[in-house]
Amino acid sequence: MAAISIRNVIKRYGKGPKANQVIHGVDAEIADGEFIVIVGPSGCGKSTLLRMVAGLEEITSGEISIGNRVVNDVEPAERDIAMVFQNYALYPHMSVYENMAYGLKIAKVPKDEIETRVQKAAKILELGTLLTRKPRELSGGQRQRVAMGRAIVRQPQVFLFDEPLSNLDAKLRAQTRLEIQKLHAELGVTSLFVTHDQVEAMTLAQRMIVMHAGVMEQIGTPEEVYARPATTFVAGFIGSPPMNLQKGQATGHRFDIGGQVLELPVPSPRNGELVMGLRPEHTSLGSDTGWAAQVELVEMLGAERLVHCRLGANLFTVRVDGMLKPPKHGDAVRLTASPDHLHWFDAQTGQRVK
Amino acid sequence: MVERNRFLTFLSHAVLLLGVMIVAFPVYITFVASTHTAEAIVQAPMPLLPGDQFWHNYAAVLTGAEKGPGSGAPVARMMWISLVTALVISIGKIAISLLSAFAIVYFRFPFRMFFFWAVFVTLMLPVEVRIFPTYKVVADLGMLNSYAGLTIPLIASATATFLFRQFFLTVPEELTEASRMDGAGPMRFFIDVLVPLSATSIAALFVIQFIYGWNQYLWPLLVTTDESMYPVVIGIKRMISGGDSAQQWNLVMATAMLAMVPPALVVMLMQKWFVKGLVDTEK
Repeated sequence: MAAISIRNVIKRYGKGPKANQVIHGVDAEIADGEFIVIVGPSGCGKSTLLRMVAGLEEITSGEISIGNRVVNDVEPAERDIAMVFQNYALYPHMSVYENMAYGLKIAKVPKDEIETRVQKAAKILELGTLLTRKPRELSGGQRQRVAMGRAIVRQPQVFLFDEPLSNLDAKLRAQTRLEIQKLHAELGVTSLFVTHDQVEAMTLAQRMIVMHAGVMEQIGTPEEVYARPATTFVAGFIGSPPMNLQKGQATGHRFDIGGQVLELPVPSPRNGELVMGLRPEHTSLGSDTGWAAQVELVEMLGAERLVHCRLGANLFTVRVDGMLKPPKHGDAVRLTASPDHLHWFDAQTGQRVK
Repeated sequence: MVERNRFLTFLSHAVLLLGVMIVAFPVYITFVASTHTAEAIVQAPMPLLPGDQFWHNYAAVLTGAEKGPGSGAPVARMMWISLVTALVISIGKIAISLLSAFAIVYFRFPFRMFFFWAVFVTLMLPVEVRIFPTYKVVADLGMLNSYAGLTIPLIASATATFLFRQFFLTVPEELTEASRMDGAGPMRFFIDVLVPLSATSIAALFVIQFIYGWNQYLWPLLVTTDESMYPVVIGIKRMISGGDSAQQWNLVMATAMLAMVPPALVVMLMQKWFVKGLVDTEK
C-alpha cells in the first residue's frame, strides 16, 4: 500500500505549436489506502490521467510518485500497480487460472506460491468453480471478476480501475459496486477508479476528483462535492437530476433573471452578474408565495416526480413526492427555495463565490 | 432447397453428380491405370475396373525397382524430398511473416512504412517473374540440388505477412497493455499471446502453403538436376521420356496417385481448422 502524489501533471500530444494539450496541470495527494474516484464526462482526460499513473502514457511534464518513488520513467510492470481495464482485457486463449497467474509467472513467483495466491483470490471473488474455463465461456460479470482477480493476485500497492463497470447491466453494476467496496474494506489497497457515472462516483468514493476538459475542477468527499460544488460545472455534473443553474443580475434581495425578478429569501452574496444554483430536491412547489413559474412537463420516476417548470427563459426542475397529486401542464405554480441551499457562482469564471 | 419440388430436387442432384463426375472421374482413371500392367492400359478400350497389379506397381515405383525408358529413381525418396520441401516452405513462411507482421504492427521504427510497402510490392513479384535473377543468385551461392535451393527462394511471402498484419490490427490494444502491466516484454507477448491467438490463421496458412510448396514445379525443375533431389512432381515429369518409346503409364499413374496423397491428407486432417481460420472472427 502506498500514497500517490500527482504534482502539476500535464499531458500534451504532439510537439510545437500544433500540440494538443489534454491535461492542464493536475495536482492531487492521495493518501495510503484511500479510494479515489476520478469522474467526468467523456473526453475530460480522466482515463489519460489514470493511464499516466499506470505508465501506459508518458507524462509530458510534472511528476507522479507512488509510495515516495517518482515513477515518471518506471515501466508499468515495475510500478507495483495493477489495473482493471474497461473491456477486462483477459487473454482469450488462457483459462481463468492462467489469466490470473500470468503476471506472477513472468515475475518468476514460485509455483506453489502462485497456486495459493490464485486460490485465495478465487475464493474472495467466488471464482473457485470457474478456474478451468476460458474467458469466452464466462458471463460479463464473471469476466469482470476475473479481471479483478488478476489485479488482486499481484498484491500491488495501488489498484487502478478504468471504467470497469460500464460493460455490465444496471443490476450487476450495482451489485459489483458493493463488491468493490467490500473488497476495498478487506484489502485496504489505495485505489484509483475512473468513471463517467456520477452515481458510481458518489457511492464508491472516499474522495472524488471531478474533471472537466483536462482541468481538475474539485477534489473532495462526495458530501463536500454535493453540498459545496466548487464550480458551475461540478454543480451541473454531480447530482441527478442536475442542479438548476440560473444566470442573472443580483442586487440585494432581488435577482433579475431577465423578464422576471426573483425575491431572494436571503441577500445574495454580492451584487453583480451571478449564477444561482438550486438543486431540484431543495425546491418545493407552493401556490401562494415564491417565484411564479409555469409547469411544462411532469416525469414520474416512481418514488418521486420531476416537475419541469418555466422560470424566466429557462426550465427549472423541482423534485416532488411521487405520492402527492402532481400539477398539470400549464398550471401556474410558485417555487420556494430553502435559503441554506442556494449556491452562488461567478457568471464569468464559474467559480463558487460563497 | 426450400421448395419441395420433385423436379428441382432431381435437377440439383443431377448437377451435383455431374460436378462430382467431372472432378472425380480423371482421378478414378488414374487409380485404375495404376493397378494394371503397362500393356493392359494401352489397349483400346482401356479397362475401367481396377486390375490386380496394385501391390506390384506401387512397390515398384516406391523402391524404383522397375526401370522404364525415363527416370527410374525411387519415388519414396522423392516423396521425402517433397515432404521436407513443403514443410520447410510452409513453416518458414509462417515464421517469417509472423515476425515481420509483428514488427510492422507493434513497433515504431524509422522507415516503417517504407518496409511495409517494400513487403507489399513483392506481392507483385512471384517466383516466375524473378526466376532468372533468382536462379543466378542460387546457382552462385552453390545451392543447386539442395534443400536450401529448393526452399529459401520460396519462403519470403507478402501474402502471409499481410494476413497476420490484418489479424494483429484486430487484437484489442488493451491486451497489449494488460501484458505490459503483467511485465511481459515484446517477445514474451508475441509468444504467449499473439501466436496462440493466431493459431487458426496459422493452421489455414499452413494448409495453403503446404500445398503450394508440394505443388511447386517450375522452380524445382530449374534447380534440381540430380535424380536424388527430385521432388515427386518433377519425378512424374522425368518418368515420361520423350520419343516413341513405350511409356510405363501404370507406373507414372501410380506415382501420380502417391503424389496426391499427402496434400489430400493435410487438407482432410486440418479441414476444421482451415475453415475456422478463414471464416472465424471470434476472438
